[in-house]
Amino acid sequence: MSPSKPGVDIEILGVSREFPAKGAPVRVLEEITFDVPDREFGVILGPSGCGKSTLLRIIAGLDFPTAGRVLVHSQEVEGPGAERGFVFQSYTAFPWLTVRDNIRFGARFRSDVAPEQVDAKADELIQMIGLAGFEEAYPNRISGGMRQRVAIARTLMADPEIVLMDEPFGALDAQTREVMQESLVATWEALHKTILFVTHDIEEALFLAERIYVFSARPARLRKVVPVPLPRPRTFEVKTSRAFLDLKAEVMALVRPDTLATAAEKNRGR
Amino acid sequence: MPHRSPYWTPKQPIPARLYGIIAGSSFLLVLGLWSLLTYTGWVRPFFLPTPTKVLVSLWSMAQDRLWKDIGASCWRIGAGFLLSALVAIPLGLFMGTYKVVEAFIEPVNDFIRYLPVVSFIPLCILWVGIGDELKILVIFIGTFFPMLVLVAAEVGKVPNEFLEMTYTLGATRGQVLRTVIVPASLPGVFDTMRVCLGWAWSYVVVAEIVASSSGLGFMVMQASRFLKTADIFAGIVVIGVLGLGSDFLLKRAYDLLFPWSLRK
Repeated sequence: MSPSKPGVDIEILGVSREFPAKGAPVRVLEEITFDVPDREFGVILGPSGCGKSTLLRIIAGLDFPTAGRVLVHSQEVEGPGAERGFVFQSYTAFPWLTVRDNIRFGARFRSDVAPEQVDAKADELIQMIGLAGFEEAYPNRISGGMRQRVAIARTLMADPEIVLMDEPFGALDAQTREVMQESLVATWEALHKTILFVTHDIEEALFLAERIYVFSARPARLRKVVPVPLPRPRTFEVKTSRAFLDLKAEVMALVRPDTLATAAEKNRGR
Repeated sequence: MPHRSPYWTPKQPIPARLYGIIAGSSFLLVLGLWSLLTYTGWVRPFFLPTPTKVLVSLWSMAQDRLWKDIGASCWRIGAGFLLSALVAIPLGLFMGTYKVVEAFIEPVNDFIRYLPVVSFIPLCILWVGIGDELKILVIFIGTFFPMLVLVAAEVGKVPNEFLEMTYTLGATRGQVLRTVIVPASLPGVFDTMRVCLGWAWSYVVVAEIVASSSGLGFMVMQASRFLKTADIFAGIVVIGVLGLGSDFLLKRAYDLLFPWSLRK
């Protein structure tokens, strides 16, 4: 075990990942190294298919690196755990449970919380995500945006120190996505948990992040770390501010060559 | 090209009333053809009796031993099917969940599954005789092996994200099986049971035709021996109505048991 780095939640140390394939193995992550500070809202930005989700899954303990290590609070990740919550892109609100039971779901895996506490906290989260009145509804009766909020609340219910989010708003329409971004920003500003959020959407990255980790096309390398010193609390108005647009131009210029490379590779049929 | 009129636009729904009328008229058409062939005397009643004669047969059978035969067949189906489900559901869930179990069971199961069930009947007679045990065993052999595969396939339909999600809430692998895989595959398993019950109806009749002294299959066979064509038809109608009825009941039960299902 390495000595604990103060103020650092996640240390990613030379992580590479290869997937076996016919012929040569496919390399998706190339010696990624960076630290995620405690209570930061970090966003990994990269072209689609570059391997950024794989890194998130490795941090969650759902996948393992071919080389390198990931430390969370100086402990090497050996598998998934409740202190690292995960939100998927696909809707994972369980269809057989009501909204309330979905949110309470994680409590059955821990014995340290009293049932009354669980109920009180579930109600609090339902209020926070704006689903009061839908407690007893099954997911087949609510919209995709609402289902995703249920999934987020279920993850927050376990009170994780770190929340890993893999393009959680990717399947939503543009308007719903904006509303969800705003409510996520408000949630983070209130709870101040460490969040690592994966997206390929530059505006989304800028609006949410304290820092953006810009990844290259596959195999993904860390191209640059871009701080986002936009004011808080952030609302949708910030998206049309001068500072936002300048940052957007900067990040676009960074990402552009990789986007083109990815598109060209797709045209060649891989 | 989409069109205002839905009737001949591919996959477009039509009004429920119209659907009912079309379905009803198709039944009437069959009945009409049947009447036309029989009441006019074009076909000899020995080969195809009139609808009235079949109804009369049905009525006299209902006074006689019809209910006893229905009872006998239903008991055999109930016992054979329940036995089959009781073993196939848990084993199928394990098979779908653990590749180790799948590798052990599936190849052998696939081999047995393709053998015609009817060819087992002579062997079954040697093993258990020609009593109720024979029908129960034939139903078991006929439904168990395909049921196993179908139940395992339902587990395969559970999204991997559901499992991974649950691990990140701190669940163990065993807890994931109990709290996610089982409830998520339950509606599909129930639907599978409905399909398998249809097969059980076929197998019980086959077994009763081959060797029996009671049951609906026996009733039909007996009618054939005495050249009572109308009784054969009456028997077939009873079997059809019972099969359709049990299917309908299970469909209703599905809607009541799984209001959360995404099927609708």
